[in-house]
Amino acid sequence: MRDNTRPLSPHLQVYRPQITSILSILHRMTGVTLALAALLLTYWLASAAYGPEAFGRAQVLLESWFGRLVLFGFTFSLFYHMCNGIRHLGWDMLWGFDMPRLRITGAIVVITSLSLTVLSWLMAYGHVGKL
Amino acid sequence: MINTPQQKRVLQSKLGRVRGLGSTREGVHHWWAQRMSAVALLPLSLWFVYSLITLTGSDYGTFHAWASEFGNSVFLVLLVVTMFHHTQLGLQVVIEDYVHSEIWKMGMLLLVKYGSVLFAASAIFAVLKISIAG
Ligand code: HEM
Repeated sequence: MRDNTRPLSPHLQVYRPQITSILSILHRMTGVTLALAALLLTYWLASAAYGPEAFGRAQVLLESWFGRLVLFGFTFSLFYHMCNGIRHLGWDMLWGFDMPRLRITGAIVVITSLSLTVLSWLMAYGHVGKL
Repeated sequence: MINTPQQKRVLQSKLGRVRGLGSTREGVHHWWAQRMSAVALLPLSLWFVYSLITLTGSDYGTFHAWASEFGNSVFLVLLVVTMFHHTQLGLQVVIEDYVHSEIWKMGMLLLVKYGSVLFAASAIFAVLKISIAG
């Protein structure tokens, strides 16, 4: 434990970035982003528990252009992390860990998560009749 | 220098060297808990995104009515519990990967673990207050 000279993973700087490694680090980045989203969700629920004024302030914040930008980022993070998470679960069951399948499922994850993000926002705007 | 790693390797038994580094079962439990929470989060997240879409632009009354419906309250609590559990397990791995100073690692793990419990408790209490206390 106290031996600080032993090599420690991950050695990110020794690899040339490749599509597989970029998707992998993106899973981690979206995971950390979603941790922040969880804090925002807690604030939102707490504001509703507090009363109409607090909830109203939260809604104004979330509906501002900046709020929407953040929520859009959170939406993509969730869909990417979810789709790539399914890919992870496949690997855990020993499926899809060969190069061709890694590439194909990686592409599916990117396309699906982008589509689901845009679709959700179209549905949300449609729901309030602003489409 | 009796305490150099090389010396230790000679003088310590294999068991002695791994003691205190955590049991293997701990690692498997962590891995399994991360997967189980991930599986549970799949339907919960989809339900949540769909709910948010239908809640877009809600005022206090609409949101309050939605959140105090029995099924929605239950799913919200389940979402919050599973999400913070999964997050806490995930962030632990991230910290263990990147933070190599023992003292910083310990501090950040404490922050993440206790912080997750604090936020989960707040969110659960908020849902209960909305649905029970009105
Ligand atoms: C929606 C369904 C979800 C699935 C299927 C899923 C799946 C996974 C899996 C399989 C891992 C482990 C990755 C690894 O071993 O490297 C992971 C890590 C992680 N997840 Fe999720 N997750 C989901 C939702 C969430 C949510 C909602 C959050 C946060 C609020 C979250 C936060 C994290 C974090 C912080 C990590 C650690 C990242 C890392 O170690 O690289 N996840 N997720």
